[in-house]
Amino acid sequence: MNKFDKISRRTVLRGVLGGTTGVAVGLPVLECFLNTNGTAYAATGSSLPPCFGTWFWGLGLSPGQWEPTATGTDYVLPDHLASLGPIKEKMNLFSGMQVFLDGKANQNHFSGAQCQATGMVSRNGGDYTTSIDHIIGETIGKGARFRSIEMACDGDSLAGWSARGSNGMNPSEISPLQLYTRIFGDGFIDPSAADFKPDPAVMVRRSVLSAVSDQRKSLMSTVSASDRARLDEYFTSLRDLEQKLAFELEQPAPLPACTVPVEPTDAIGPLLGQVGRTHQQFAQLAAHALACGQTQVFNLTLGTSLSRLRIPGDPSGYHSLTHEEPIDPVLGYQPKCKWVAEQCMAFFAELVQTLDSIKEGDATLLDRTVVFAFTDHGEARMHSMKRYPILTAGSGGGRMKTGLHVAAEGDAASRVGLTLQKAFGVVSGAWGTESNEVSKPFSQVLT
Amino acid sequence: MTTDSAAANRTATPAGRCPSRRLSIRWTVPLLLLGFLFVPPSASPEPNTARDLSFVRLTESQYRRAIHDIFGESIRVDDSAVDRGARESGLLAIGARKLTLSATELERSETLAQRIAEQVLHPRRRATLIPCIPNDARMPDDECASQFVTRVGLFLFRRPLNFDEIRSYVSMANAATRTLDDFYAGLHASLVGMLVAPDFLFRFERAEADPDRSGRMRLDAYSRATRLSFFLWDSPPDAELIEAARSGTLLSPAGLNRQVERLLNSLRLENGLRAFFSDMLGFDEFATLTIDSGLYPKFTKNVEDDAREQTLRTIVDQLLHKNRDYRELLVTRETFLTPSLAAIYGVPLARSQEMGGAVPWVPYRFADDDPRAGLLTHVSFLSLHSHPGTSSPTLRGQAVRENFLCQIVPPPPGDVDFSFVQDTNNPDFKTVRQRLSAHRENPTCAGCHNLTDPIGLTLEVFDTAGGYRTTENGALIDPSGEFNGKSYEEITGLVEILRQEPTATSCLINRAFSYGAARTPTTDERVWLEDLAAELRREGLEWRELMRRITRQPDFYTLGTDA
Repeated sequence: MNKFDKISRRTVLRGVLGGTTGVAVGLPVLECFLNTNGTAYAATGSSLPPCFGTWFWGLGLSPGQWEPTATGTDYVLPDHLASLGPIKEKMNLFSGMQVFLDGKANQNHFSGAQCQATGMVSRNGGDYTTSIDHIIGETIGKGARFRSIEMACDGDSLAGWSARGSNGMNPSEISPLQLYTRIFGDGFIDPSAADFKPDPAVMVRRSVLSAVSDQRKSLMSTVSASDRARLDEYFTSLRDLEQKLAFELEQPAPLPACTVPVEPTDAIGPLLGQVGRTHQQFAQLAAHALACGQTQVFNLTLGTSLSRLRIPGDPSGYHSLTHEEPIDPVLGYQPKCKWVAEQCMAFFAELVQTLDSIKEGDATLLDRTVVFAFTDHGEARMHSMKRYPILTAGSGGGRMKTGLHVAAEGDAASRVGLTLQKAFGVVSGAWGTESNEVSKPFSQVLT
Repeated sequence: MTTDSAAANRTATPAGRCPSRRLSIRWTVPLLLLGFLFVPPSASPEPNTARDLSFVRLTESQYRRAIHDIFGESIRVDDSAVDRGARESGLLAIGARKLTLSATELERSETLAQRIAEQVLHPRRRATLIPCIPNDARMPDDECASQFVTRVGLFLFRRPLNFDEIRSYVSMANAATRTLDDFYAGLHASLVGMLVAPDFLFRFERAEADPDRSGRMRLDAYSRATRLSFFLWDSPPDAELIEAARSGTLLSPAGLNRQVERLLNSLRLENGLRAFFSDMLGFDEFATLTIDSGLYPKFTKNVEDDAREQTLRTIVDQLLHKNRDYRELLVTRETFLTPSLAAIYGVPLARSQEMGGAVPWVPYRFADDDPRAGLLTHVSFLSLHSHPGTSSPTLRGQAVRENFLCQIVPPPPGDVDFSFVQDTNNPDFKTVRQRLSAHRENPTCAGCHNLTDPIGLTLEVFDTAGGYRTTENGALIDPSGEFNGKSYEEITGLVEILRQEPTATSCLINRAFSYGAARTPTTDERVWLEDLAAELRREGLEWRELMRRITRQPDFYTLGTDA
């Protein structure tokens, strides 16, 4: 049972609406503390909660430059992936995957990522459905202040792949400063603070939302089935917001690894340097948010799939480069594109190392987290739906093995998503649609 | 005082991100001050069956206008509750019928609602915006709270609240008053509640049996008022329109015509026109536009804002001030420029100040031998459909096909290697025309590129930032081409052909109807729209007349089979 479910969300409302003149606190103060090594709550012995994140980069990697020859644990990272060296033992690399279109038009830079995030390829770019972060979050992520946080590093708030239901994708934060304010500004309660006192104004805010929620039943009965799902998503969002305020009314459990990060400064834009700086700040914010129990799920994207990333001074953006830069006949690849892809891999390594740098007793924050990294094309130059590079990092609290290279032979890329769902205990026999429907996880990475 | 008489108070005031540089018409009298209007609570606004109600998410501008209309211009709305949304069938307006609010957006909405409520309930505004004074400012006051909720709710929800709703929001206010020992904190709570309620954040459209068309449904009076108002004004209904809904006169042809004419003759029509064309032209994409400032140092953020405003200002001038035919937009040489835009266009601009203010907009007419003619030659269109450092005939051609002709250009197929035609170092491929011609020799690519490239290649005389040029990589640019079997020598020839293209007329009319109804037309409606297009091609496609024809059509006030 998660923290929210322990108390009826009407409890506080009743306290307020009951006419008491004082402050009615209907929520108990949690009195559990971590054990001595900080990996579990001493009172219950339960593990620190698992976390899940997605990380997206556009335009893949240089074909023929990144796939290791060996599989299993004894593989050597090719030079193209050299920046992943420091995290090799804490990550998995998947190769040989593809996305099946089943006769549908290839919505370039969309269909491939859509499939990995949702298990389906739609007939047009307008259809989308619940993404893997929500599916896993439903299992693990209900016990935090924010259901999830979404971040995009290139200034485009619509760059992400997270969605709940089929009525719009979750917009991403593009400003590290705004995200910092949202998480660590008003409403943030330092778990180590000794003198917690619930704010009556927050209680009123929550009671207002609760009263608006009461309209659900009457409205739901009046709309058509498709609109009902849409309205239901609105009321679910409302419940998320109520939950957020409920957390602000509770004394949080002490979390020794929780510290407030340095307030960031914004330098938003699609230039590689701007994206790198924004990514660094978002990585820090995501890590601190997880460590402080503010969320258990995050979605971090470098930018849109039709990447807006740019090398300063180069007239072509990264996306144009993938189509326009000639393959060097001697080197056998597109030099600039390969270089940018390597910067992207360095950003991923930076995120993973940031999570790994937060110590929680003998383990690290990364150890109770799994990050799923995916991209839109196997070979962006040709809008290829084959040979996708996919990565995971972290073991999710012992749920997954790491240090492996898994070489598939044309398997649906959705198999990685299914594997992650199995790792987190999502109960489902299969995931995906049509040829992208899969039922067998990669058991070699499951514990 | 009626809302129309209040129009006299309207002034040209700044709007948008760069207030001193924009012209927009706004309301200056908060609707809450219009004390004459009394609309009693309704028994229940709910329809009988599930298929009779649908809803559309408010856009950012509609949210902003609603707050300003109801509470006054001085209320700051300094954030956006919702994101840009998703385009469907060419319009964000249609996509808005499929959108909900994500947790993040609802969180933003609640934060924004708190800020708005703080301002509305600020002591210095209470005398004007709160209709009563409580007996004890530290205690609940049912009567005063009820007056506030009833009046504010009428405008926020665009219909009278029913008794249960009033009771609910008054209870909300009373509970908060008790907790915080402050009557106005209670009103604050109830106002926040209404601002995050689905009835405000979505435009609910309720249908009822149409007594004039057996077996058909129509929007009820308040839903009709809301659709009409957001379509023509991009704003919620004003007091007079709500009164017309309450009295039922809006449901009669005469009553509807009276309101339509009033709305069409209001200066606020400009807001609706701007909102429609911003959607149709995809101006939301300016939010992520990047033009390389190293390569194009004149293309600053101000130029970007000015470019968008130039196009909207030209549209307003042509369609509203001069009552010109829509098709003139495709060829007109008349426009407005700022000094920084003039630098991009490479034309001298006489220093002038508009309306005695600091807004540096100057009417300008490009010379008859100038290649600039019509919206396609505006910096807004050219830059919005370019790569950051290079122009793109394909993107521009696609935008003309999709935005102005309502045609669909399929995406390129997967696993096709076309990098060989992109090498600018190849002496055979110096200009983009040479490169794309080679591209079109590939049968896999030819189908779509034959649609987009001829148009885009003619526009190659304009660079990424919209500046005029005659050469690319030292080679002369050839702007000639052919469209639908008609040859032309340069851009002015192309835009003239487009002006005469029947599809351009049909496209605008279809988009306008779809935008207003927030849905694609049904099969029957398509027939009617095509008939309308044929009529207006003959009679002239003036904006007010198009709006008049659409808003007087009963089908416009239905949920449609696609809703």
